[in-house]
Amino acid sequence: MVSLIPQAHPKERRIIFENISRPGWSNDIETYLAHGGYESLEKALKMPPEEITNLVKAANLRGRGGAGFPAGIKWSFIKRDDGKPHYIVVNADESEPGTFKDRYILHNDPHQLVEGLLIAAYAVNVKLAYIYIRCEFPDAAKIVWNAIQEAKAKGFVGENICGSGFDCDIYVHQGAGAYICGEETSLIESLEGKRPYPRIKPPYFPAVLGLYMSPTIVNNVETLCHVKHIVRLGAEEYAKMGTPGDGGTRTMCVSGDVMKPGYYELPCGAVTLGELIFDICGGMKPGRKLKAVIPGGSSAKVLNSDDVFKIKSKAPDGTMVDKEVAMLDLVMDASSLAAAGTMVGSGGVIVMDDTRSMVWALNNLNQFYAHESCGQCTPCREGSLWMSKMTTRMLAGEGNAQDPATLLNVADNIAGRTICAFGEACAWPTQSFLAKFPKEFAEAVSAPTV
Amino acid sequence: MITQTSSNQAEHIPADLLTEIDESITHYPMSKRSASLPLLHLWQNHFGFIDESGVDWIASKLDLQPINIIELVTFYPWFRQEPAGKTVIRVCRTLPCALAGSYELREKFCSATGVDVHSHSHGFGEAPPTSLDGKFSVEFVECLASCGSAPVCLINDDLHENVTTEDVPSIVTSYDTE
Repeated sequence: MVSLIPQAHPKERRIIFENISRPGWSNDIETYLAHGGYESLEKALKMPPEEITNLVKAANLRGRGGAGFPAGIKWSFIKRDDGKPHYIVVNADESEPGTFKDRYILHNDPHQLVEGLLIAAYAVNVKLAYIYIRCEFPDAAKIVWNAIQEAKAKGFVGENICGSGFDCDIYVHQGAGAYICGEETSLIESLEGKRPYPRIKPPYFPAVLGLYMSPTIVNNVETLCHVKHIVRLGAEEYAKMGTPGDGGTRTMCVSGDVMKPGYYELPCGAVTLGELIFDICGGMKPGRKLKAVIPGGSSAKVLNSDDVFKIKSKAPDGTMVDKEVAMLDLVMDASSLAAAGTMVGSGGVIVMDDTRSMVWALNNLNQFYAHESCGQCTPCREGSLWMSKMTTRMLAGEGNAQDPATLLNVADNIAGRTICAFGEACAWPTQSFLAKFPKEFAEAVSAPTV
Repeated sequence: MITQTSSNQAEHIPADLLTEIDESITHYPMSKRSASLPLLHLWQNHFGFIDESGVDWIASKLDLQPINIIELVTFYPWFRQEPAGKTVIRVCRTLPCALAGSYELREKFCSATGVDVHSHSHGFGEAPPTSLDGKFSVEFVECLASCGSAPVCLINDDLHENVTTEDVPSIVTSYDTE
């Protein structure tokens, strides 16, 4: 089931989406095998498992789910020979607003995921893995399960994989409509059959106390696909596609007020935000100007198109100097966006033009977080609803002059005071929209917003 | 507010559903409780919703207490304790789809199907807003992860992309089978 896949833009480098982009591609195992499928797994099985973890570290692969934690370091938290059962749970719960890349991988190239997952399982000594797929992808659950059965029939899953003596079983598990399940400890609670309330870290780091309180790796779909290519290309080749500290490619998902929304697989650091929006995505709609960009999924702090940042960079003589960087000149990689006070996150870039009310946009996001709060922590459970109610009444022209300050105060009292990062996720939009568009919020409470 | 139905689903489990349930449990060798969500999906896909007898049956099957199943049915938005329409239309309301007109889209779906546009489900196992003839439910859901082809909606198992309000009548007709 390959829906219309756009042709690669010249700046793209498709490794994750290479197969999906092939004319006549189909998601069955024969097609996958005909294009080098499972050769990287066979290569990995001949290496010592520790070497694979070192490879992934050297490749500078950051998680592609949103948190961007270095994958190799995450793997190294598990002691291969501690005698405990180990698990890998694939986070296929893709729900961060603005993100839509894993959807295509699951539906159109499931074997790439299975192969990457098996390599990871071998590296970390895992015999049982689960792929947690959001239930709003009903076809993906069937497609991925079918792919696992195909792989099993060929000896790539199950006992004695490729005659190596390594065993691994994989099952598909469906979610049930809750965004919080994308948080790794919530995912684990959900997989255990409980209400998905996140666990506090420490002590509940999944690598220490994960699924069934055993060492567990939770990795994003795209991250595990990159693992296959790291084995295939070698760490150096893979890493140099990107920037130091952010190796390989990242699939940017662009949506909102651009001419050509869609996914674009780009080497990390290869393009600026301006090149992404104007060269690759065709720029604004006729007669409109860029106003705001959320660069890394809705939880990432919003940027104002007029923003100019002071970013530390190395001068030719080696000293660190402050360089002024306009918003559109921000390089699309992890460290650059972090230096600008936001994040590359899940790669979900939401673009808004000058016809959009920022009060309306923030209200939409506040309602999202209010709906999705699991309710475990008081600041988030109460605060997300209060923020949503305030922006709703501001939109209706019923805000009062205190509201912007109250909004900020509520947000400031959620972030950093919750068990999981959802607290930051629901507070950052409010904090950043207020900081970047203060006039609009002030005007919303002094005059009715149409 | 869940109205108590007089159905007794647990007395009407067909053999093939039982087979699927038993097979599903084998996917979780380390803990039967992990099969809670899969069993709830199988149950709701067959019966359309999960009644009290279903809650008790699933709990018993997995050596759990009913509360362990009720807490799931009342938390996860997908599950419902009362019937929905034959066709469920889920329109994405999150930012990229809202930018592309999904608020207007949901209104159009409501008027085309007879679902009350002012009605919203409150979670906790409530059914989504449903037309009086029982044919359609229309509800807002959060991000469906297809923002590049916004606005999108999920109708039963089918994803519809780049949906305009002009598309709505023919889409509704195509699902309006007796």
